[in-house]
Amino acid sequence: PAARTDEARSPPSQRRRAEDAASTGELQPLPTSPAAEARSPGAQDVLFSSPPQFRHSAIPLDFDISSPLTYGTPSSRVEGTPRSGVRGTPVRQRPDLGSVRKARQVDLHSEGPAEDVVASDQSLGQKLVIWGTDVNVTSCKEKFQRFLQRFIDPVAKEDEDIGLDLNEPRYMQRLEEINMVGEPFLNVNCDHLRSFDENLYRQLICYPQEVIPTFDMAANEIFFDRYPDSILEHQIQVRPYNALKTRNMRSLNPEDIDQLITISGMVIRSSQLIPEMQEAFFKCQVCAFTTRVEIDRGRIAEPSVCKNCNTTHSMALIHNRSMFSDKQMIKLQESPEDMPAGQTPHTVALFAHNDLVDKVQPGDRVNVTGIYRAVPIRVNSRVSNVKSVYKTHIDVIHYRKTDAKRLHGVDEETEQKIFAEERVEILKELSRKPDIYERLSAALAPSIYEHEDIKKGILLQLFGGSRKDFSQTGRGNFRAEINILLCGDPGTSKSQLLQYVYNLVPRGQYTSGRGSSAVGLTAYVMKDPETRQLVLQTGALVLSDNGICCIDEFDKMNESTRSVLHEVMEQQTLSIAKAGIICQLNARTSILAAANPIESQWNPKKTTIENIQLPHTLLSRFDLIFLMLDPRDEAYDRRLARHLVSLYYQTEEKMEEEYMDMAVLRDYIAYARTFVNPRLSEEASQALIEAYVDMRKIGSGRGMVSAYPRQLESLIRLAEAHAKIRFSGKVETIDVEEAKRLHREALKQSATDPRTGIVDVSILTTGMSVTARKRKEELAQALRKLIQSKGKTPALKYQQLFDDLRAQSETAVTKEMFEEALRALADDDFLTVTGKTVRLL
Amino acid sequence: MPCVADWLNNPFSIVQGIFAQHEPRSDWEKKVTEFFREKLKENNATNWVPSLNDVPLHYLKPNSLVKFRCMVQDMFDPEFYMGVYETVDPNTNTRVLHFGKYRDVAECGPQQEIDLNSSQTVTLERQTFYCVPVPGESAWVKEISFSGVVLNPEFYAYTSASQARVSPSTSYTPSRHKRSYEEDEDMELHPSKQKEQHMGNSSVGDIHGCGEPKRLETEASAGQHLTSPNCSPPLDLNFPLPGEKGPACLVKVYESWESFKVNDILEVYGILSVDPVLSIVNSEERESSALDPMECMDTAEEQRVHSPPASLVPRIHVILAQKLQHINPLLPACLNEEESKTCESLSTTSPYFVSNFMSELSPVRAELLGFLTHALLGDSLAAEYLILHLISTVYARRDVLPLGKFTVNLSGCPRNSIFTEHIYHIIQQLVPASYRLQMTIENMNRSHFIPHKDYAANRLVSGVLQLASNTSLVVDETVLEQGQLDTTGIHNVTALGNLITWQKVDYDFSYHQMEFPCNINVLITSEGRSLLPSDCQVHLQPQIIPPNMEEYMNSLLTAVLPSVLNKFRIYLSLLRLLDYSISDEVTKAVEEDFVEMRKTDPESITADDLHRTLLVARFLSLSAGQTTLSRERWLRAKQLEALRKARLQQQKCVNGNEL
Repeated sequence: PAARTDEARSPPSQRRRAEDAASTGELQPLPTSPAAEARSPGAQDVLFSSPPQFRHSAIPLDFDISSPLTYGTPSSRVEGTPRSGVRGTPVRQRPDLGSVRKARQVDLHSEGPAEDVVASDQSLGQKLVIWGTDVNVTSCKEKFQRFLQRFIDPVAKEDEDIGLDLNEPRYMQRLEEINMVGEPFLNVNCDHLRSFDENLYRQLICYPQEVIPTFDMAANEIFFDRYPDSILEHQIQVRPYNALKTRNMRSLNPEDIDQLITISGMVIRSSQLIPEMQEAFFKCQVCAFTTRVEIDRGRIAEPSVCKNCNTTHSMALIHNRSMFSDKQMIKLQESPEDMPAGQTPHTVALFAHNDLVDKVQPGDRVNVTGIYRAVPIRVNSRVSNVKSVYKTHIDVIHYRKTDAKRLHGVDEETEQKIFAEERVEILKELSRKPDIYERLSAALAPSIYEHEDIKKGILLQLFGGSRKDFSQTGRGNFRAEINILLCGDPGTSKSQLLQYVYNLVPRGQYTSGRGSSAVGLTAYVMKDPETRQLVLQTGALVLSDNGICCIDEFDKMNESTRSVLHEVMEQQTLSIAKAGIICQLNARTSILAAANPIESQWNPKKTTIENIQLPHTLLSRFDLIFLMLDPRDEAYDRRLARHLVSLYYQTEEKMEEEYMDMAVLRDYIAYARTFVNPRLSEEASQALIEAYVDMRKIGSGRGMVSAYPRQLESLIRLAEAHAKIRFSGKVETIDVEEAKRLHREALKQSATDPRTGIVDVSILTTGMSVTARKRKEELAQALRKLIQSKGKTPALKYQQLFDDLRAQSETAVTKEMFEEALRALADDDFLTVTGKTVRLL
Repeated sequence: MPCVADWLNNPFSIVQGIFAQHEPRSDWEKKVTEFFREKLKENNATNWVPSLNDVPLHYLKPNSLVKFRCMVQDMFDPEFYMGVYETVDPNTNTRVLHFGKYRDVAECGPQQEIDLNSSQTVTLERQTFYCVPVPGESAWVKEISFSGVVLNPEFYAYTSASQARVSPSTSYTPSRHKRSYEEDEDMELHPSKQKEQHMGNSSVGDIHGCGEPKRLETEASAGQHLTSPNCSPPLDLNFPLPGEKGPACLVKVYESWESFKVNDILEVYGILSVDPVLSIVNSEERESSALDPMECMDTAEEQRVHSPPASLVPRIHVILAQKLQHINPLLPACLNEEESKTCESLSTTSPYFVSNFMSELSPVRAELLGFLTHALLGDSLAAEYLILHLISTVYARRDVLPLGKFTVNLSGCPRNSIFTEHIYHIIQQLVPASYRLQMTIENMNRSHFIPHKDYAANRLVSGVLQLASNTSLVVDETVLEQGQLDTTGIHNVTALGNLITWQKVDYDFSYHQMEFPCNINVLITSEGRSLLPSDCQVHLQPQIIPPNMEEYMNSLLTAVLPSVLNKFRIYLSLLRLLDYSISDEVTKAVEEDFVEMRKTDPESITADDLHRTLLVARFLSLSAGQTTLSRERWLRAKQLEALRKARLQQQKCVNGNEL
């Protein structure tokens, strides 16, 4: 222990060498186990606070060489590579940078001009660079240190660095964080580095293999300067990410080999953990002399002669004492958005090392930063010819899950799409146009003729309202999504509209009411046959979280499936209790449904509910219900004919010119959904209140309620969506006006009482118009009077009673109406109906 | 012909020559393609090149120039290869530069070693496509394109010189019979196997045991399934349609691979590589994979799929490739006169081909109509609609709406499957590619229609609906019985419905779906109205009921002269490729007409009817060789529609009376 304390005082960079020289290859008792130390009682820190050497004196007591547990922990094998080590914190090899480096050294001996060769030795001075590169270790290190100490992000966004002071050097705060948390990884955004020192950035991209270890060195020096007492699991490793060469997989080419790249994709498969030998431990069977051999390009040169006793073939590999690192093979597939149409996705192999193993699961969307490698397929000893193909893979340095935020609930960004500045400019330019609303609605499904208001409604649905959170006051979330139901004659291109929307939105789902079951819409639990693990499979509604779920043939959906929608459409969640799993999933999806009338044609003499036979509880959850009817009018026919004929001979290019590009529309929506979150202005709230009061008034004049709070909520959502279209942060009166107009338009279509011609919301909310309800009550009263007038007969014949009532009434009474009246009276405990007789009570 | 033999038999010597000449500058690659393009432009030169479609693999010389007409089934990841490499002789220390293009194996002399660290090494990129012969390709396409080769005397000279006994097409037939027998037997023995792999047949051969692949004589169709000792289950060659034959091929593309898409039909000219080393390297890798950390990158399955034995799945290193608009060998490859100058026209096109044929169009149409009327038991209206259907093609897409698809539902077909089977046989005789899908409950529940990605093997497993453009899909609904569809069945029916309505197939990538637009002509035969959507339902009204359907149909086909049959084939393929327009004047007239029709009968005339009538008018005009709509054609289209509708109405009444 005494010798050790001496060493501890010597400069860090030399200390490791000294120790190395001292080690004979036998396991050193001392390299401290950081875990053990961290666990050591807190009192120790108080008692022996400052002189570090005292701390060490305690260690040997709880360190037992014979214990098998000490083998294999990283701290028990510090005598690895002779890199600058700091007391207590071991160096850990970086397999992510390894392997090919050795090849370079071989080159260097075989043909490298000797003058250029430079090791990272300081004594040789400033002019020298690492062979094959223009990297000068000293200056590179200094530059990076300067970067760490000084860099302040001018355009920092709050969300990314929670708890960081934006006016202080960013990475110094990160180092402080490392000191506190003890996770020895420093993530460096390459974009920052680029804005700080273009040249250093270029070096990093081109020679990551050489530059990253230099960065490691620099970071560690700063760190241990600042926090000399800190002890980490191993030394800090710098992990750059977001290299500007963020490219899609398709554009990778041979020039990228051995460079630092960042690509995005989706994990499709990950292998089991593969222990990869880093250093082999050999022991002589004769004299027990031991030696270590480092792995060289995937091979281990087994020593054939014992250096100690000169016996040949006496060295045997001792597995337990060899050094392994974790490794995992991962297949990354191009994300579907990056793929050109009509081609299959490319894949690339990734190798993850050490703690990056098992960081990602199949299905995750990730951004990977790593070094692109190409390895020739090895020469086969028996065949002189070689396959002329290289195997390529990426050694992962940094993962960034792009959809990680999805897990964090409410205020997530809907789209992680990053917009180029020019694109944003174009979009903003567009948003300033006064007729942007009309423009966008015209760009929506141009092949579908007219139906302007329906398109506008769908447009508002695409943008959605603002998300509000009232969970603190106990009301939970307010729905921001707008639901729309289209109903109408078959063949009025409802499906086509749905199909278009499904193709437009990134997270859309398309199902047909006929084919889907409750399970297909929600989620179900499956047992994986291999692992016996329960897996939650999600259905269309969950998959379209933050998107739009298009449901065709809504009326064909069976009862149980439809009941699922009740929860989704108002609470925006989905509860499942199945196979022992009880959970609530987010399903913040807008629903765009299409329904056909029960009779093949829409019957204008019936109400919406009667026509499509959907429960009114469900209907009232739709913000807008549109009828798509076939207008019978000559001017319309003429325009339609012209439109269709033009479809059949215009060339494709001509069509595209006329309308706004689908891609622009998509970007516009994505941008607005992400960045625009309008709030109600004072005038707008006033206008909304007025609108609502007006709606209630209309009805109250005739003794009925014509608006419910749900309608007010719908109005708010529509107004917000309209403000979003204008890229406006405030909802203003014009938004409310349009919301009112559209809402009225939809109501006029769907909630007009066919008997009176008056707009009547109660058709949608109670399933029956007020007049119909009144009539029902009157009939029941008439029936009661009729029965009472018959005197004290305990039982009446059903048919007799029906005929009597019909004879008495001025209006036609159908059997259904009669039965309904009977039921109403039965509910009043006035009578009971048994078979063909009616008994009075 | 020595010069022919040279560039055909040993293209490497040519490439080597050009490489040696131009090596310092890197434009030697361009020179190579130019050389071969020039060579192939010479009179009928393309016919000298043996085709992998016709000649069994074991008759072809390795490293010779071959051609292959195929569909891109899957695209593998791009691979990096040594474009230029250097070898060193360790004894003399002499260094030689080689090119690695068009090769699978970096070759070097017996005394040489490859210097992997040489600074001269150039790494280049190439793309691998997994290609299969065009699915559902009609027998006549194969025969005609093959006979074109056989008729050429030089080809005989070449083949005898290279000791390849090219057997005339008849010699394949016995082996085919044998194959089908084996197939049946195999299916009986392993019914489950049939399900997993559409290619039902398998036979045991031995490749890996001996150093050189023994090409078994019995394996006339180039070894469909060879089981080697180290890979126990036979390799699924991944043909979209069950029962397909012919070699699958790994096509290595060196330039502009971005322009090719999945399901494109290509004609490639390239160097055949069947180096046994490829298979050996494979098996070695497999053995040593346990030790080698680099090799555990891919699963064994993935390796099997991505580098199958070369004797089973040969490699073609493409020198020239072109996308084909059609696969009809009776038509020149490029039709547009301007295009044929610019596009890599390899065949000698007569520029007057189109105009010549157009002049005699109407008699051909009349004859075809007569022929189809007979085939449809004397129903001329159905025959008319069948012609319109056969020349329909998706010519544009308006956002999601495909324009120009014309799915016909031929209802009222006799219940016995002989009729539909023969209708299919006749269509098969007329169109270059077709497939008959029997919609039995079992078929729907068992087979996979939608291609899906197998992530373990990292490939796209094909399905019945992975078809090339303009394939005729005849869906036989008459064989459908009552029964229970399971999940797969429902998925399949939905996929079929989507295909018909939107002309797209959503391939299943497990984590997401990807939409592949397609252009497939679907004809549905059914008794009543089909459960699948269709653009137009024609109710068959047979005029003659032949006592023996089989005899009747067979005599019909034999009665047609081959030359007439060829005219029909040209007619149907050619008309698909014509342009079409509507003048303003006619637009006005159509508009008036529509308004008028709506006035008189607003209930029955909808926008859909206008859509359909416009389509009918389009194809009616085209079928007469007119590229603009005339008033007469429009009226004729309306008339046809009226006839068709009247028939449907009548049918409804009949059914109503019966009930």
